[in-house]
Amino acid sequence: MAEVLVLVDHVDGTVRKTTAEMLTGASRLGEPSAVWIGPADKAQASAPLLARFGAHKVYVVDDPQVTEYLVAPTVEVLAELVGRSSPAAVLLPSSPDGKEVAARLAVRTGSGIITDAIDVQPAEGGVRTVQSVFAGSYTVTSVVSHGSPVITVKPNSLPVRENKQAGTVEPLQVEIPESAKAARITGRTAKEKSGRPSLTEASIVVSGGRGTQGDFGPVEQLADVLGAAVGASRAAVDAGWYPHSAQVGQTGVQVSPQLYIAAGISGAIQHRAGMQTSKTIVAVNKDPEAPIFEIADFGVVGDLFQVLPQATEEIRARKG
Amino acid sequence: MKIVVCVKYVPDAQSDRGFEPDHTTDRVSVDGLLSELDEYPIEEALKLAESSGGEVTVLTMGPEQAAAAVKKGLQMGADQAVHVCDDAIAGSDAVATSLVLAEAIRKLGEVDLVLTGLASTDGTMSVVPAMLAERLGLPQVTFASELTVEDGTVRIRRDGDLASETIEARLPAVVSVTDQINEPRYPSFKGIMAAKKKPVQTWTLADLGIDPSQVGLDAAWSKVESVEARPPRTKGEIVTDEGEGGKALVAFLASRKLV
Repeated sequence: MAEVLVLVDHVDGTVRKTTAEMLTGASRLGEPSAVWIGPADKAQASAPLLARFGAHKVYVVDDPQVTEYLVAPTVEVLAELVGRSSPAAVLLPSSPDGKEVAARLAVRTGSGIITDAIDVQPAEGGVRTVQSVFAGSYTVTSVVSHGSPVITVKPNSLPVRENKQAGTVEPLQVEIPESAKAARITGRTAKEKSGRPSLTEASIVVSGGRGTQGDFGPVEQLADVLGAAVGASRAAVDAGWYPHSAQVGQTGVQVSPQLYIAAGISGAIQHRAGMQTSKTIVAVNKDPEAPIFEIADFGVVGDLFQVLPQATEEIRARKG
Repeated sequence: MKIVVCVKYVPDAQSDRGFEPDHTTDRVSVDGLLSELDEYPIEEALKLAESSGGEVTVLTMGPEQAAAAVKKGLQMGADQAVHVCDDAIAGSDAVATSLVLAEAIRKLGEVDLVLTGLASTDGTMSVVPAMLAERLGLPQVTFASELTVEDGTVRIRRDGDLASETIEARLPAVVSVTDQINEPRYPSFKGIMAAKKKPVQTWTLADLGIDPSQVGLDAAWSKVESVEARPPRTKGEIVTDEGEGGKALVAFLASRKLV
C-alpha cells in the first residue's frame, strides 16, 4: 500500500486530537507515516500514541532551523519525503501554519490541494474529499488526483479509530536552503491556558456576544459545568471583552461541535459562517427577531443573565 | 516603496451564493464586490505609502465585473490598477490563480511589498499568499495582526490559536494581513472623483506569457464531483423565558442526551 504522510499537530510535545483524526483518515488511503517536527525526545514519547492511531512510521526532524523560520522549512521536509515515495496523499491540520505549508507543498510538488476537508476517502487514482462551503450552506465533493494530493483536515470532523501499527521512529535530516530561512520567528508568547478545552477540539462550545455587555461570567459558568470551550462573537471581541483567539466566525475560528450555545449573539452571517454546521444549536437572546433563532434547534427569548445561571444550576442539580 | 495589493472580486457573502452547472462559483446571479477582507491590505498599503512615500498598485484577476474591485481600491486612494481578464481563466483553482498573479506581479517590475488579505470570502482557503511567496521566491510573512516596516525590514505579529508569534523578514516580501490590523477608510468624495482619472491596465494571459492550458477549469488539479445544498436548518422550538427558561433549555439538552 502507498505511504500517506501526516504532519503531526502537537503543542509542547503533546499530540493534539486532530492528529488522531488525520491518522484515521490517512489509514483509509494507505499506510500512514507521521511526520514529527520538534524535539526528538518528545517524539519518542509520543510514538506509541501515534502508532495506536495508525502510524507505521514516525519521521522525526529535530532541527531548530525548521522551528525558527516560518512555514518554508517544513515545506522542505515534506517535499523531500514526497520526492522519495510519491505518497497517496499528504494530510495536514487546517491551521494557518498547516494551510500555508500545504499551499507551498502543492505548488512545489505539482499536487492538487484541498483545504478544510471534513471527510477523506480513497477514489479512482486519488482522494475524494468533502468540504462544507459558503458558510455551511453547501457540501462539495471533489476528487484530487494530481501529484500527491495535499489535504488540510478540519478538526472535529473525522472520526478517531484505533488501528495499532508499528510506529517505528526514523530520525530524518533535511538540508534547509537559505531561501527557506527568510521569515524568522523572533518571539513566541503562548496563550494563557484557561483549563478549558480548545475551541476547535471541544465537543461543546458556549459563546457570548453583545448581549453579555462585557460580563462573560454566566457564559463561563455554563461552559464549565458542561466542560465546554468558551467562544465569543466579533462584537464582543471588538469591544475588548474577550480575546480574538476566542472569536467564532468568518475571520475567527470555525467550529463544528456537538453542541453550540449562543448567548446574547444576534447571529449575523459573519458569526454563522463560524458555527452553522454545529450538530445542535441553542440560542438565548432578548430579541425574538434575532437571526440566530432561524438556525437554532432550541431557543429561549430572554435575558441571558437569568437564563444561563438557571441552566447552570439545573445542570449541577441533575449531575447531583 | 512600490506596493502591490492583490484583491478579489467575490459574490456578496450576505446573499445566497451558489454554483453554476459546471460546479464553478456562480459569479453572475449574486452581486459581486471587493472582498471585505481585501479592504484591510489596501488600507495598510495606503498607510505605508503615506508614511514612507510610495506607490500602491491594486491587482486583481477575474471576469469583466472584477474591475469593480480594483475601482474601489483606486477610490480608497491607490495609484493605479491592473486587471487580468481572460475567458480561459474561468474555473481556475488556487494553484492556477497564484500562477497568474505571480506573473502579473513579475510584469510590474521591482516590487517591495506584495500585500493580501487573510483569505477570500468565497474560497476561504488562505493559500494564495503562501503560493505567491513560493512562486516569487520571496519571504512569506503572513496572517499579520500588527505590522511595521522599518529600514527595509517588515515585522509582524501573527496570532495562532495557541500562541502569538513575532516574525520578521527583509523586503521584498509577501505579507498577508488579518481584519485585526486596521480600520479601512471609506472612499471620500474626492477619492471617488480622483479614481476616474487613475490608470487601469487590463492584461490577458498572452500579456503574461501564460498558456491557456495551464489555467481554467480543465487544468485544475482537483475536480468537483458534486455540490449539494445543505437543507436549511429548520427553526426549532422557541420558548419565552417567564422564569423557567433556563430549566427548559436543560430539559431540551437532556432530551438530546447532551447533558
